[in-house]
Amino acid sequence: MNTKKKIDLSVNFAGIKAPNPFWLASAPPTNTGYQIMKAFEAGWGGAVWKTLGVPTINVSSRYGSTNYRDTRMVGFSNIELITDRPLEDNLREMTEVKKHFPNHAVIASLMVDTRKEWEDIIKQVEDAGADGIELNFGCPHGMCERGMGSAVGQEPEVLKTIVEWVMDASNIPVITKLSPNISHITDPGLAAVQGKTDAISLINTIKSIVGIDLDSYAPYPVVDGKGTNGGYCGPAVKPIALNMLKDLMMHPEIKNTPISGIGGIENWRDVVEFILLGATSVQVCTAVMHYGFGIVRELESGLVNFMEDKGYTTIYDFAGKALPNVKEWKHLNLKSQVKAKINEDKCIGCELCYIACDDGAHQAIALSTDGGRIPTIIDDNCVGCNLCSLVCPVEECITMESFGDGKEHETWNELTESDRIPNTWNDERAGGKGHWVPEPTDALKTKRKDKSGWKKRSDG
Amino acid sequence: MSEYKRPKNEREFKENFKQKKSLMNDTQAYIESSRCLFCYDAPCVNACPTGIDIPLFIKQIQTGNTKGAAKTIYDSNWMGNACGTVCPTEVLCEGSCVYNHQNIEPLQIGRLQNYATMSVIKSGKKLYSPGEENDKKVAIIGAGPAGIACACELRTFGYSVDIYEAKAKPSGLTVHGVAPYKISNEEVMAEMDYLQNQLGYNIIYNQAITSKEQIADLEANYSAIFIGVGLGATAQLTMTGENLSGVHGAVEFIEELRMAHSDIKIAKKVIVIGGGNTAMDAASGSARLGADEVILAYRGKKEDMGAYGFEYDFAISAGVHGLFNASPIEILGNNKVEGVRFIKTESSNGKLSMITGSEFTIECDMVIKATGQAKQGSLLGQIDGLELDKLTRIRVNPDTNQTTNPTYFAGGDAINGGAEVVNGAYDGKLAANGIHEWLTQH
Repeated sequence: MNTKKKIDLSVNFAGIKAPNPFWLASAPPTNTGYQIMKAFEAGWGGAVWKTLGVPTINVSSRYGSTNYRDTRMVGFSNIELITDRPLEDNLREMTEVKKHFPNHAVIASLMVDTRKEWEDIIKQVEDAGADGIELNFGCPHGMCERGMGSAVGQEPEVLKTIVEWVMDASNIPVITKLSPNISHITDPGLAAVQGKTDAISLINTIKSIVGIDLDSYAPYPVVDGKGTNGGYCGPAVKPIALNMLKDLMMHPEIKNTPISGIGGIENWRDVVEFILLGATSVQVCTAVMHYGFGIVRELESGLVNFMEDKGYTTIYDFAGKALPNVKEWKHLNLKSQVKAKINEDKCIGCELCYIACDDGAHQAIALSTDGGRIPTIIDDNCVGCNLCSLVCPVEECITMESFGDGKEHETWNELTESDRIPNTWNDERAGGKGHWVPEPTDALKTKRKDKSGWKKRSDG
Repeated sequence: MSEYKRPKNEREFKENFKQKKSLMNDTQAYIESSRCLFCYDAPCVNACPTGIDIPLFIKQIQTGNTKGAAKTIYDSNWMGNACGTVCPTEVLCEGSCVYNHQNIEPLQIGRLQNYATMSVIKSGKKLYSPGEENDKKVAIIGAGPAGIACACELRTFGYSVDIYEAKAKPSGLTVHGVAPYKISNEEVMAEMDYLQNQLGYNIIYNQAITSKEQIADLEANYSAIFIGVGLGATAQLTMTGENLSGVHGAVEFIEELRMAHSDIKIAKKVIVIGGGNTAMDAASGSARLGADEVILAYRGKKEDMGAYGFEYDFAISAGVHGLFNASPIEILGNNKVEGVRFIKTESSNGKLSMITGSEFTIECDMVIKATGQAKQGSLLGQIDGLELDKLTRIRVNPDTNQTTNPTYFAGGDAINGGAEVVNGAYDGKLAANGIHEWLTQH
């Protein structure tokens, strides 16, 4: 008998209700009512309208990307500013969207200058039917030169003041969007909380130069032979976003504030990871700019499948579940040991593990000596760094296996407290003491080498 | 009926003989080059007779350094473009790609190679210039892959080089001896011109070296001589009916096919005798010329054929029928060929024996003998002190390709008895280094 529990993806994020946690981030995909209606039709649960304010003027050539081999847009940079459309057009369309999709979340991203402007625009978006407001304190290009965007996000005191103005003026929930272009994300995070924000979203884009054109010597995207720094996003920034999310969720004064996770989310795994670190809605931009609104089908299917497998009915059942496992380095178990294992049946003999280990890590892999191409792990030398398993192109060919009974436990913190850490230059307690390394001149000895070009027969 | 219609003009010929390994476009090259793993001590490099640094040139293509990729290829192999298409990559570089071990399509190394080399050939971007001229002259007999490679390499050292070529075109086998779907004449010539324009060796065409006097002349005028004469005409079978009209040698047939294209004559029913790669080219070529029926007759088992499996499959895909364990005993006909009389054979313990009383006849109006090529023994016999082995191959020092007459170096089919373009390219380059070493010391 099927006892599957009914899965409910709906969220109530700081009072903003939506049928699911998949929201569009404030960006080009939310520039118009047309796009947002199309997105809701496709399955997105919410949308943060492209930032409203005094309409700007944009340049031509606005985006640049980082490609990795034939994979396009692993990183994406833009120098587009906030909306360049008149406010009344945006608001009219916003009302239209809410009329068709009353149960979906429509959030107005705002960026203005003076307190008067904040009060004025908040009133207008409330009247238009917005379910919430997001404060854009993140944009690291263009707007910051005018004292807005990341110029605010980088000044916790200013940020706090503006949040206070907004909270005074607003009757709908307020999300403060943070810039990652700062050393300690908890500084603006705490300022937002102290300003009584209802929620936080992060990350906005990272200040970047995505590349230089090798003919015009100008940064991408090139505008009439010149360029400027842009805001970086896309899959490449996810690790940075996850870490900042973790920093906020582990801060005692911030952790109870709902957080909408943003940064490189493209598939259901990304979504689950953000939720496991405490996010209770996620926002997506680059993936939609790359593949269109249709990718939400994969997000939803994957999330539901994960929740079914794990027995969860709402995302709140597992939100933040990874946080107890995030520790400072000094609390990690120094006695835990893994070692690489090569599955000979799967190995294709590319020897990338060998050269990665020999040149890039710990000289713990030996080439075959019988003329074959399956390398072997030198167990005594393997420090369990994972590198070989990361470079191996074959699924599940190199695995990291646990050694020992797992009962031993000792951390740097414990060693420090009992005064047992290495503390002299040649301390006997050095972790690498006794670890075999080849003699420096072994590097010059003849062995099977990378071929480099034409060789005489006798050179083999 | 055959799959192919008789091509009546160049356009139809090109359609029937469509390039098997077509030139990649930029997107294909970008995506394909992305797949390379950059293996350590890569098996593809080890499988290449000329040791091209394949992972490097693929990465160079990937990063938009196509000219660098072409340089990597030519640094190892002067026939870089031709080898990309005519090499049996299926059993060399691509056959050794590690992806094969997970049943993943291997990298299309040959096509990537052509992508790089054709880009410099088309643009005319120079990769090489001759070395500083020295006062020494080297003669090369034969402008085949070995001779051309030897000439190119010698020019980089500064030697003055004259190539004596019996035919009217350079590149030997490449333009005369492989099926047209492997490489077009235009493409072969484009590479030949590209190399000659950069390196400036002379080729004297229609100048076969055959006599004692010519040899004496060369010896008097040159410091060293490279022999890259390849092989001769199709070997005689010494079989009744061999000289009937309509009986052709495979080498001659393919050469005519390469030169005459749609103007070549083809009969309705063709029997190709042989089991090597040339037999496959001849059979496949006959089918593509619109013959109604093409039978490939081999005396032994299918598995014992010398041809690569993929070559046989390619011939079959053109509509050729295989006939195995059938040994020809007589070609029948009056003046003109009318059929071939065979006897059935059986193989046991690696030995082939005729089955008495099993003779049978297949009618046909054309026979192509792909039964090996004669050696160039008559020329080689006139050179003093030049030792040949039992198979009439020139003996050489494998490190230098120097022959037993120290003035002479040799390479290609003349020393290996018949192999690939890539082997000739390797030999020519090796010999040039041997010549340079020898002439520097003496």
